[in-house]
Amino acid sequence: MEYRSQQLDASHVRSNPQHEPEGAHRLSWRHWLGTALPPLLVIAGLLLLWELLVGWLALPDWLLPAPSQIGRTLVERLPILQGHITITLFEALVGLALGFVVGFGLALAIDASGLVRRALYPLLIVSQTIPIVAIAPLLIVGLGFGLLPKIIVVALVTFFPIAVNTVDGLQTADRDTVRLLLAMDASRWQLLRLVRLPAALPSILSGLKVAVTYSVIGAVLAEWIGANQGLGVYIARSLRSFRTDQVFVGALVTSLLTLALFGLVLALERWLTAWKRNTP
Amino acid sequence: MPETPAIEVQNLSKSYSTPAGLLPVLRQVNLRVPTGAFTSIIGPSGSGKSTLFNIIAGLEHPDAGTVLLAGQPATGQRGQVAYMPQRDALLPWRTVLDNAVLATTVQRGDVAAARREARALLPTFGLEGFGESLPAALSGGMRQRAALLRTVMWKQPMMLLDEPFGALDAITRAQLQRWLLTLWDELDRTVLLVTHDVDEAILLSDYVAVLTARPARVALTLTMDLPRPRTYQMITTPAFARLKEQLLAALGDEL
Repeated sequence: MEYRSQQLDASHVRSNPQHEPEGAHRLSWRHWLGTALPPLLVIAGLLLLWELLVGWLALPDWLLPAPSQIGRTLVERLPILQGHITITLFEALVGLALGFVVGFGLALAIDASGLVRRALYPLLIVSQTIPIVAIAPLLIVGLGFGLLPKIIVVALVTFFPIAVNTVDGLQTADRDTVRLLLAMDASRWQLLRLVRLPAALPSILSGLKVAVTYSVIGAVLAEWIGANQGLGVYIARSLRSFRTDQVFVGALVTSLLTLALFGLVLALERWLTAWKRNTP
Repeated sequence: MPETPAIEVQNLSKSYSTPAGLLPVLRQVNLRVPTGAFTSIIGPSGSGKSTLFNIIAGLEHPDAGTVLLAGQPATGQRGQVAYMPQRDALLPWRTVLDNAVLATTVQRGDVAAARREARALLPTFGLEGFGESLPAALSGGMRQRAALLRTVMWKQPMMLLDEPFGALDAITRAQLQRWLLTLWDELDRTVLLVTHDVDEAILLSDYVAVLTARPARVALTLTMDLPRPRTYQMITTPAFARLKEQLLAALGDEL
């Protein structure tokens, strides 16, 4: 009942844009609590079940460590992990930035010219059908164990969602508004800057959300195939030495990093597309 | 009329190619819009009124014929008339004031000065206190007035209004017509309005041109010899009824 009434309130705020903004803010907090609490409770329940099962069945640590054990290992290994995290985060962010620049640039080129679109679009899709596990070793053979091949792998997996979403987003601009700007004798660049890019922003940010989730996993995967440092290396080494608790710690940290980056993109989205929240 | 008309359209023809073949939309359209006057175009829906507008605004090229703006050939030239599309076309991420000065922004003019000027006009347009609001916070009538403010701030001697009140409910529409009447007296601009509302055309205009069904020609151009300032009450006078009868008869021939 409680949940239902909250939903009704939220829909009321949406349908009335001139509603008290503070009231809407408070309501959205309650709404957040309503959406965040159920999954948190489920996760807590599962962790408890896991902990109890490991105890009852007396499973050895190398087969399945208990959550409490993983937590202890995390705290214990944190000083060592920091170095790995820094490297992985660096690769993910630089790779993502490179992927964004390439993806966004490709999208603008595809948008500007039908010839470029016909020439590049199929290639773009083919590039995503080639398994990374085949490309990454080749890059490492060619470019060594350093950071560059990892950055390239991350860029390879992140440029695509950004390119495709930007190309699509640029098509969403309102036709009447485009005509209006043309009647104002706006240049191609002005049309892009004043109408088409802002209209594409929600779509570009959707692409960025997908890309950011690929970026950390892409970096970890590339490290796993061949590197000296990073979370992928940490996971690979832990696996080889049957330190299953450390494998879980590596996975947990990777997941938390991705979630943190995703949260940053969500904040960026809220900030950049604030105008959209009031649009009916 | 001895002086040069603000807009003159000569022998304009336009066809569109469709899967079903060539669709003629305009056939030998001739139209004179006198400087400083309020002229309306009425016609059956789908009669090519918007196509005519797009050609005058330079958005489309005619197959044949010329457009003269203030006596100068301007066929296919953009940026010389202020144009208001059917829907308000406000940019949802720009505030009312930023939307109002859009033309100044595009033409790289003094945006700060234009904003001051637009702010001073907000009360006239019934938008006082809404200068920094986003379009989503406005009602339909307010959005339409904001779009009209943008058209006025475009600062062209000629304004093209494409069914500006078409999407509004009857009460809001009547309010806006009344408001546009008083605004028009102060503005001193040449206006060309497309509408399918005969009362609106008579009430607002000095001249009304009736377009035929597709392919469109100008069937009749009539002078609205009602005194100015116009009031909404004129709608019940015999003179008004006589004009309406003539226009409906011309339209009736085309239905």
